[in-house]
Amino acid sequence: MSHHIIEIKDIEYMYPDKTKALDGLSLRILHGEAVAIVGANGAGKSTLLSHLIGVLIPSSGTVRIGDYPLNKETLTHIRRSVGMVFQNSDDQLFMPTVFDDVAFGPLNMGLPPEEATQRALDALKTVDAVHLKDRPPYKLSGGQKRSVAIASVLSMLPDILVMDEPSAGLDPYCRRQLITLLQSFKHTKIIATHDLDLVIDLCERTVVLSNGKIIADGPTLQIFNDDVLLQKGRLEKPLRMQGCPICKPAIR
Amino acid sequence: MINLHSRWMDLRRLDELAANDTEIHRLNPCTKIVTTAIFLIVVASFSKYELISLFPLFLYPLTLMNRAALPFSVIAKRVFATMPFVLFIGIFNPLLDHTPGFQVGPFLISNGWISFFSILLRFILAVTSALILVATTGMDKIGSALLRMHVPKMFVIQLMFMYRYLYVLLDELSRTLLAYSLRSFNETGLPFRVWGPMLGQLLLRTIDRAQRIYQAMLCRGFSGEVRLLRYNALAKKDIAYCLGWSAFFLAARIYNIPQWLGALLIGRY
Ligand SMILES: Nc1ncnc2c1ncn2[C@@H]1O[C@H](COP(=O)(O)OP(=O)(O)O)[C@@H](O)[C@H]1O
Ligand SMILES: [Mg+2]
Repeated sequence: MSHHIIEIKDIEYMYPDKTKALDGLSLRILHGEAVAIVGANGAGKSTLLSHLIGVLIPSSGTVRIGDYPLNKETLTHIRRSVGMVFQNSDDQLFMPTVFDDVAFGPLNMGLPPEEATQRALDALKTVDAVHLKDRPPYKLSGGQKRSVAIASVLSMLPDILVMDEPSAGLDPYCRRQLITLLQSFKHTKIIATHDLDLVIDLCERTVVLSNGKIIADGPTLQIFNDDVLLQKGRLEKPLRMQGCPICKPAIR
Repeated sequence: MINLHSRWMDLRRLDELAANDTEIHRLNPCTKIVTTAIFLIVVASFSKYELISLFPLFLYPLTLMNRAALPFSVIAKRVFATMPFVLFIGIFNPLLDHTPGFQVGPFLISNGWISFFSILLRFILAVTSALILVATTGMDKIGSALLRMHVPKMFVIQLMFMYRYLYVLLDELSRTLLAYSLRSFNETGLPFRVWGPMLGQLLLRTIDRAQRIYQAMLCRGFSGEVRLLRYNALAKKDIAYCLGWSAFFLAARIYNIPQWLGALLIGRY
């Protein structure tokens, strides 16, 4: 299935205030892959993700999603196949009730109300949030908001899921639930995160960004074992891969 | 200052109420918009010195609040919050217009005061009916109904976004104020010198956030169309509702009902 390949070629992006956030970045992601985008704060992760769904248009270079280059004409089509879960759920949930929010996408796709309702219900079921459907989103807890935000994207049946720091601000239990949920998805997944332990669970491939450039791209475990690289990317080895200082104190 | 946050939460009560399901909520949104519009026109058409004859019109908001199970306090609080505006508009009347109006016991009420109270009443009626419309219909349904009524799309989208971003603005405001109050100890209120920077910050943050929300909407296929899950078709009861209330509004406009009732009671007929 060639039509879900994501291909980014030499993209550069400069914010209006002349901050160069992406600097000649190329990346190819195949169908069904789960890729983690890691890097320090301000490395350009969010900016990169924004390019995958046409929220930002590169100053130079091209983005191709499946068979289409991303441009004004193909934007609507691409936004149907790429579902983006934003960093801040409050930005994503804007309808008066959870259900209306989850049905917003399907309705905009022009589905008849019955079908949109069914899609919304299915999506809520997937994230185990049917009981929240009549609540106003701004009154939910952080974890619930995240679940609903994911449902609001799932209801559009995207092929590709793009997530910006999905585990940020979640308690350990919600985080574990999220990981289990994401593990069950067969979508192509692109996850920007600082949570390297989550990456071990979810992504076989990791891309390290630093100052708008890719400084490494390869199998997750191999990258996490490269101490020099991690330091260069201002990252820290995931806790699970560090020797436990309490059980086995380092010999001084 | 900290309780501003709770007040903001409270603002959204209107949206929550709109999600209820009563016979008023179930009416066709177009019907409710048209009825409200007729009500507003009738209220505005009363002459400047009309006071007593305005009272019967309160039957409309009171009935609706009752049938739609809207808590009186929710509406009253919001009407009260808009009072400063009407005071500002109307307060010059009593100062400028001293012509004698009518006598109540030993007191002579000037026309200035009469017109002031008339403005006040009409304002309360108008704001109440508009709030009830939102609280029984919901802004998204109002938007889709306006589109159906061939109101230009540009205008409807403006209206919807204004309403949505009002919350964003208030949200940012409450957070800014909270952050400020947590770090300013002995101060009551906001000293004048921080107003400038704070307003600037607030504006930038609001624009930023508004943009992110708009992007999130675009990502989920928003194209300016307001699409709804439930659409209530126009039924007989909608027409009856609109015609019934309109007839009542006109009657209240043409006949001075309180005077007529009074006369009936005293038996002068
Ligand atoms: N709206 C903006 N305007 C100007 N510069 C921005 C904006 N958003 C991000 N930047 C800058 O772009 C760079 C990359 O930011 P971002 O993609 O948000 O990083 P990350 O998500 O990896 O933390 C940073 O240097 C940041 O300061
Ligand atoms: Mg980011």
